[in-house]
Amino acid sequence: MVTSAAEAFREEWGRVLAALIGILGDFELAEDAAQEAFATAAERWPREGVPSNPANWLVTTGRNRAIDTLRRRRTLAEKTRLLEAKAEEATEMDEDATIPDERLELLFTCCHPALATEAQVALTLRTLGGLSTGEIARAFLVAEPTMAQRLVRAKAKIKAAGIPFRVPPDHLLPDRLAAVTATIYLIFNEGYGGRGELAGEAIRLGRALAELMPDEPEAQGLLALMLLLEARRAARFDPVGEIVLLADQDRTLYDAAAVAAGRAALDRALALRGRGPYVVQAAIASLHADEPRDWEQIAALYAELARLTDSPVVELNRAVAVGEAYGPAAGLALVERIEGLDSYRYLHSARGELLARIGRTAEARAAFERALALIDDDAEHRLIAHKLRAISR
Amino acid sequence: MKYVMLIHQGDTPTPLRPELWAEVPAAEQAQIAADYQALNETPGVQPGAGLQLPETATTVRVADGQTLTTDGPFVETKEALGGFFFLEADDLDAAIEIAARVPAARLGGAVEIRPVQEW
Repeated sequence: MVTSAAEAFREEWGRVLAALIGILGDFELAEDAAQEAFATAAERWPREGVPSNPANWLVTTGRNRAIDTLRRRRTLAEKTRLLEAKAEEATEMDEDATIPDERLELLFTCCHPALATEAQVALTLRTLGGLSTGEIARAFLVAEPTMAQRLVRAKAKIKAAGIPFRVPPDHLLPDRLAAVTATIYLIFNEGYGGRGELAGEAIRLGRALAELMPDEPEAQGLLALMLLLEARRAARFDPVGEIVLLADQDRTLYDAAAVAAGRAALDRALALRGRGPYVVQAAIASLHADEPRDWEQIAALYAELARLTDSPVVELNRAVAVGEAYGPAAGLALVERIEGLDSYRYLHSARGELLARIGRTAEARAAFERALALIDDDAEHRLIAHKLRAISR
Repeated sequence: MKYVMLIHQGDTPTPLRPELWAEVPAAEQAQIAADYQALNETPGVQPGAGLQLPETATTVRVADGQTLTTDGPFVETKEALGGFFFLEADDLDAAIEIAARVPAARLGGAVEIRPVQEW
């Protein structure tokens, strides 16, 4: 139940903007119109009360504002005629008819591969998340004018290059859905490192995607994965801000509601026979929430993920799981076979850990030192330095 | 939407380089020719032109009223344009599908899709 304009903004921004883009066919115009509609709501609703269908009211108000704007721009006479025709169709709609939910169209447009990844991320947060340009700029540590320009360029390209506003046809859907999930997961990972508001925003987007595409296992899998990872937030850092490794985390600190919600999404994905990368990662994250952990199962799932992704980082995770399931020597044997990760700090820290466990201390020290040299994050730096001191005693 | 499809040859073997072209199996040569033919007959496609090799290019600049002429293409030879055609398509997705059918795109070159300025 929407009770105020502020609440409506959070709940309805993406939906209202998507509907306006659908009607007006122009991002910039639709965004201005949505902004005006919300401003009008903020002014009127406290006085006149919240309308029975806030989203409809906002879309109708925004559309009328856009028509006014276009009428003022005489040079766009032809477009106005076109718009009036469209607007008449729309006016014939029943006042209380639900406006079509076009957030999915918007999401696919924002995550179109013809846009640079950073533009996809910014545009998705701006249009669907309703974050202000300033908020996005701060979240990604860039100056606000830089972010504003990035958004303007992206919107201009959508218009000039003819990026369609639609859910892609079946033959394009797998690739394009992968682009959407990748963008959302990227936002989540930006937040996972500490900026919690981005992680929360990614989960909101993931939840919307899972609702809008209830039959896509990867959409459910992505939501499950993010919820299960987010559930660990309180356990990932100790009271003085030091990183706590997964193996040492206090599982009682996990957010039980988030674990349950994550597992429910995972069950939906599995019921849809999902076996894609996000589903498998979510299954691994789910196993990690158990005590004691089933390392053999985790290792088997990492093997499957390695086949799906062909990623040396996944191969490294598999090696660590194998080390837990079948002993450090077995894990180390897999680590030594990994290629192309020489400048990846976790390869060296994992290798150091396995070497230390089988008593090859000198080699372990060299590996940890290599990891240390590659780290730029303070908390991680202290963690590895601590491990070095521990084996030097 | 109107687009110009710019075909960058890159290392693509072309009949203009007979020694490279000879290394392409006959069946593949026939396939490439057939693909270009099919492309030209695709609705929305308006054939442009295939260009002579970048080595034949002359680049002209004017500075302080002086015409400066240099041998070779404006960009690196490898990045030079090999040909172009016009496309009328519904949207960028349709243009991307056409671009992906240009043989040069799978043979080491690339296709750049440029929307045309509309006035």
